[in-house]
Amino acid sequence: MKHLLSVEDLDRDRIESLLDQAESFAEVTRRDIKKVPTLRGRTVVNLFYESSTRTSSSFELAAKRLSADVVSIKATGSSVDKGETLEDTVDTLSSYDPTAIVIRHPQAGAARLLTGWVDASVINAGDGMHQHPTQALLDLFALRSRLGSIEGRRIWIVGDVLHSRVARSNIQAFRMMGAEVTVAGPPTLIPRGIESTGCQVRHSLDDLGEADVVYLLRLQQERMEENFLPSIREYARLFQVDSRRLGPRQLVMHPGPVNRGVEIGSDLIRSDRSLISDQVVSGVVIRMAVLYQLLTRPDGDPEGSADGAPIGEPA
Amino acid sequence: MNPESRPVSPALPEAMIQRPGPQASLLIRAVELLDPVAGIEGSHDLLVEDGVIAEIAPAGSLETGEVEVIEGEGLHLFPAFFDPHVHFRTPGQEYREDLEAGTRSAAAGGYAGVLAMANTSPPVSTAEQIEALRARAGVVASVPVGFLATVTRDMKGEELTDMAELRAVGAVGFTDDGLPIANPRILRRALQYQTMTGGTIALHEEDPDLSGRGVMHEGAVSTELGLRGVPSISESVMISRDAAIAGYENGTIQIQHLSAVESIGAIRRARADGVRITCEVTPHHLVLTHEAVRSLDASRYKMNPPLRSEADREALIEALIDGTIDCIATDHAPHAVYEKEVPYEAANMGVTGLETAFSSLYTHLVIPGTIPLSLLVEKLGSGGPPFGIEPFTLVEGSRANLCLVDLEAEWVVGEDGYESRSANSWCAGETQRGRVLVTLADGQVAYRLRSFSLGVAP
Repeated sequence: MKHLLSVEDLDRDRIESLLDQAESFAEVTRRDIKKVPTLRGRTVVNLFYESSTRTSSSFELAAKRLSADVVSIKATGSSVDKGETLEDTVDTLSSYDPTAIVIRHPQAGAARLLTGWVDASVINAGDGMHQHPTQALLDLFALRSRLGSIEGRRIWIVGDVLHSRVARSNIQAFRMMGAEVTVAGPPTLIPRGIESTGCQVRHSLDDLGEADVVYLLRLQQERMEENFLPSIREYARLFQVDSRRLGPRQLVMHPGPVNRGVEIGSDLIRSDRSLISDQVVSGVVIRMAVLYQLLTRPDGDPEGSADGAPIGEPA
Repeated sequence: MNPESRPVSPALPEAMIQRPGPQASLLIRAVELLDPVAGIEGSHDLLVEDGVIAEIAPAGSLETGEVEVIEGEGLHLFPAFFDPHVHFRTPGQEYREDLEAGTRSAAAGGYAGVLAMANTSPPVSTAEQIEALRARAGVVASVPVGFLATVTRDMKGEELTDMAELRAVGAVGFTDDGLPIANPRILRRALQYQTMTGGTIALHEEDPDLSGRGVMHEGAVSTELGLRGVPSISESVMISRDAAIAGYENGTIQIQHLSAVESIGAIRRARADGVRITCEVTPHHLVLTHEAVRSLDASRYKMNPPLRSEADREALIEALIDGTIDCIATDHAPHAVYEKEVPYEAANMGVTGLETAFSSLYTHLVIPGTIPLSLLVEKLGSGGPPFGIEPFTLVEGSRANLCLVDLEAEWVVGEDGYESRSANSWCAGETQRGRVLVTLADGQVAYRLRSFSLGVAP
């Protein structure tokens, strides 16, 4: 597998293999010297056209812990401000002969476009409202670490599903791993025909107690201006999950950033039912696993590396 | 659209609020009963005990007993009427009407239930306002009132109101009546949201860009009078648009105050497409045409939508007969004298109608044989179902919601003044036949014609 553009590029076996790989890297991240030489001498370019804290920093850290050279470009502050096109920007960065380009872009399909322009592996870090495959993978990793298998588990995704690439990726990924998915939110924020992806639809949290895991999506304030909701207040009344609404045996997740007091009660964020911190930690090791699997041969030897040490041993 | 969706609050508050009062016990003897819903007609005795219809029996069968008796010989008894479209002008415009006078006006017309519109000052857009109105109705309303909230905040047409919260505190439905919802995206969102909240959305249908500054129907009369006209298509294109959106979003809409033949066609087509669309017509649109406007009497004849042509009027009657039109709704719109007795173009639009709904239609449509009495009674009583409220019916065990009417009585509209605070009746000064003598609303005697006494049999 050369690129990771969408959860649809994966299957259950590949996902299991990525999760196992991430597990082995988790051990690395627990060391004092969090470094392995796997990608030494390689160049990874992070190209972010949208603001990001978690994804950009964890991709950057993942590449660095694998000993790669990393170049991180944020569109604002770059020549994109001067009107340089995506293709020209990518061409310029290609001249550094990167092994991988990680791209986040506000429009669907941007990552796929890149695969036609560059020799590097392309990793989609979020394209418009379409897909965010590494988010889905890190969420699966966090769940597996806490619950083991999610086969047969009931996962509710609550919030603005309409505008969410996380929701789209996660519905597919959760279902691929055998979970039952329900989406819940006001009818204005649940996409028409979402049932065709195999999930159920609810417009209230009356049955939230059925869920094993509650996955909350951030409510974007702009949605009020576009008349998707009457008010934040009404949304919070109907759909906010806080420590009272969440049962003692239920887990809560959130891709971040959170809007405290809107989709999630402040008290829940660091509670023992919350996987939110685990998700962030998972982000680094999953991205290490993705970089590793895309950029090395299946048998584990780094491609074309003469002096690279075996995986997992310090240089 | 989303088969698993369920309403947010399965247990909604009671839709209608009335002030507390003594429950009636009385016996109406040998009265001509007519309940098109239950299929009852003919001479009967009807006994009400503690506000409930205790017994209905053939005339002469029931014993007089302890209760007050009304001799019903020569009189008619119907299920009380229900008006889903009235303006009670509260809050902010109480000089025109208030809850006390408005419900009194309704009771005088034989109504035991009304739904109040939300285009007040300020418009009813918040839960606090609904709660305040319901509390007030609980003190002064002589007949049960339900309140609609606006679809958009302050009727600005820009943002949705907190529809779920409004329903949770008792809003019966939603309407920006007075204004159309000009932006189709807003209506679409409201209908999507309605999937979750319930609550029929009642629509005042006109395209503001087509209506322009029109003050009457655009036709031969407006041409002669030199008044700007509102073309019928202003109403019908909006109905077609809104019906299409409602069909796409699987929503529930009530089309208010129909006036044009084109609109009837639009509704028939929408229904054939499976859209959940209901509609209403006013008494004045069934009786008057734009010819009346020649008098330039704004107090009687200026309203929105305007009175249209005879062809429109006949089409509305036909649509009432064939069931295309679900109910009669007065759009009771009180205005002060100084708002109406001004040059026609400057006057406010709207006429009252609660006190004369039955008598005007009995006089102008039933007596000439245009429609049967049973249809009139049925359509005056069927304003509830479009809003999820069951119609009143005269069956044993049900709450007493009924009106006693003297079909022979002749009276001059407005001669003794009005129950309403306002006098802008479209039939002011007209001699009509058919007078409401007594109205029972949810078991209480809500109205008794002053000259009619409850007494013992002679």
